Amino acid sequence: MPSDYAFVGLFLVFGVAFVLFVFLLSKLIAPYKPNPVKKENYECGEVPIGQGWVQFNVRYYLFAIIFVIFDVEVVFLFPWAVVYKSLGFFAFIEMLIFIAILIFGLVYVWRKGALKWV
Amino acid sequence: MDLSLIDINWQVITPQIILAVFGFVLLLLEAFLPKDKKGILPHLAWIGIALSFFFSVNLFGSGFSGFNGMALADNFALFFSFIFLISSFLVVLLSISFLKREEQVRGDYYALLLFATLGMMLMASSFDLIVIFLGLEIVSVSLYILSGFRKKDPKSNEASMKFFLMGSFATSFLIFGIALIYGNFGTTNLEKILFLAPFSGVFAGASEFLLYAGIGFLIVGFGFKIASVPFHMWMPDVFEGAPTPIAGFISAGPKAAGFAALLRIFLLAFSSIKPDWTLIFWILAVLSMTTGNLLALWQTNLKRLLAYSSIAHGGYILIAFVSGSNSAISGVLFYLSAYILMNLGAFAVIISMGSKEKEGTDLYKEYAGAGLKNPFLGVFMAIFMLSLAGFPPTAGFFAKFYIFSSAIKSGYLGLVIIAVINSLISVYYYLRVIVYMFMRPSAEEVKPVSIPFSLGLVILLTGIGILALGILPQELLNLAYNSIF
Repeated sequence: MPSDYAFVGLFLVFGVAFVLFVFLLSKLIAPYKPNPVKKENYECGEVPIGQGWVQFNVRYYLFAIIFVIFDVEVVFLFPWAVVYKSLGFFAFIEMLIFIAILIFGLVYVWRKGALKWV
Repeated sequence: MDLSLIDINWQVITPQIILAVFGFVLLLLEAFLPKDKKGILPHLAWIGIALSFFFSVNLFGSGFSGFNGMALADNFALFFSFIFLISSFLVVLLSISFLKREEQVRGDYYALLLFATLGMMLMASSFDLIVIFLGLEIVSVSLYILSGFRKKDPKSNEASMKFFLMGSFATSFLIFGIALIYGNFGTTNLEKILFLAPFSGVFAGASEFLLYAGIGFLIVGFGFKIASVPFHMWMPDVFEGAPTPIAGFISAGPKAAGFAALLRIFLLAFSSIKPDWTLIFWILAVLSMTTGNLLALWQTNLKRLLAYSSIAHGGYILIAFVSGSNSAISGVLFYLSAYILMNLGAFAVIISMGSKEKEGTDLYKEYAGAGLKNPFLGVFMAIFMLSLAGFPPTAGFFAKFYIFSSAIKSGYLGLVIIAVINSLISVYYYLRVIVYMFMRPSAEEVKPVSIPFSLGLVILLTGIGILALGILPQELLNLAYNSIF
């Protein structure tokens, strides 16, 4: 089984090497013609206001965390939905409990006013 | 895949389910109850704990298991459940008047307490490293939040932040250790590892090194949770900053849970390769005892003093891992039962001595002569300190006695001599508290304090418990002996 770990080691080496290689490659072959529009911050196509180095409101953090909860929920829901028929009724109940627990969390967060932008 | 093949046995985890349900109810009530009705929340919390305790008692002796060994209700797990539930119950009682004083009567505090207890029970009641890890994370995350519960106090914030950063760092060690052990045996089930461990060198070839690396990582990860030296740095700072009931809670339940998991992993799953890891525990035990006791000598803040004393007590318990006999394991169970009583009792006295403005932790200013002005607190603090120092006829004496005698029987005389010398050192700082309370002229600001009912109840219960265990230790010892895995 040391050979099994050798795969992991090889993977690590190749992973790092590949990233370095790609960076180097794009540096070598890409043309470099900057203009003001290209150097602007990317804000989903909007015309950016001010600099990129601004302090973000800490409130974003709370929203990000709450978003992650539901993101993870989807990670569980998709595989469950794919094999739903073979899992049967029991898994359905389990999933309901799981979602109910998340909804408890949402209700708590909502009621505590964490979803309000003040 | 057919789910009906998995052996699901809901009965096994009823105590845990009750805690979870009560936790959710507390969260929802916190969100919806008007402010003036929140006084009922702590009562709901202790009712939940009592119900869970009742169901655990019912399961005792059944030896049920479920979820393919991921959840157990053997006596070992249930004995630890009793320890966790009793300590959480006492902490809820400690918190009632404390939170009222801080004007922070909140349901989420109690919900987090219940979730932490649930996590500890998972840690003690599983044969699976992944479930143990999961339980440990539930405990840790709850405690990170709870230790920062006094949001406006910078020290509380500091405690929470330090605890979080160091705790998550230690957890990464733990999970890496689990990964290496899985790589070695192809399973995270401790029962299977028990059978595979003696042959680790035989069919795994050169990977024995990885097994030992994995064991080392596990010791680092759990060493942090039980605050053994050199992984103890967080404990004094967290104790000083965290709300006092939470500091008491951290020293009692989570520590016991760490020992429960360690006992199961090392004295069960890795028992066949014990000679390979005994020396590590020998060193950890000596370092923890000596460092904890020597640093405690200089403390004038009572919470910090109890933190270092807690580290030292962790060292005494680690002796049992070196000797590893059955009587040592039952000694650990006895020790932890006694320890939660004396420590939570001492914390109850600290909370009674404090007020909204001051914490009641300064030995010189707040405790000088306080024993004469508050005889009830003084007498019981003396009992707790004597028990922590290990004087008969208190529970602390028998706790130490059983662990030391089992180590002598296993032939570790040198270790026991070091432990006894350490006990002697510790007498100095425990007795100093009593000396200050009774034999020093009192400072001006020391006044008689009125003790809320719930706090007085905790002090009385723990005090009586310590004396009862010290005079009649046999009952609990028999129970502990029947609870070995």
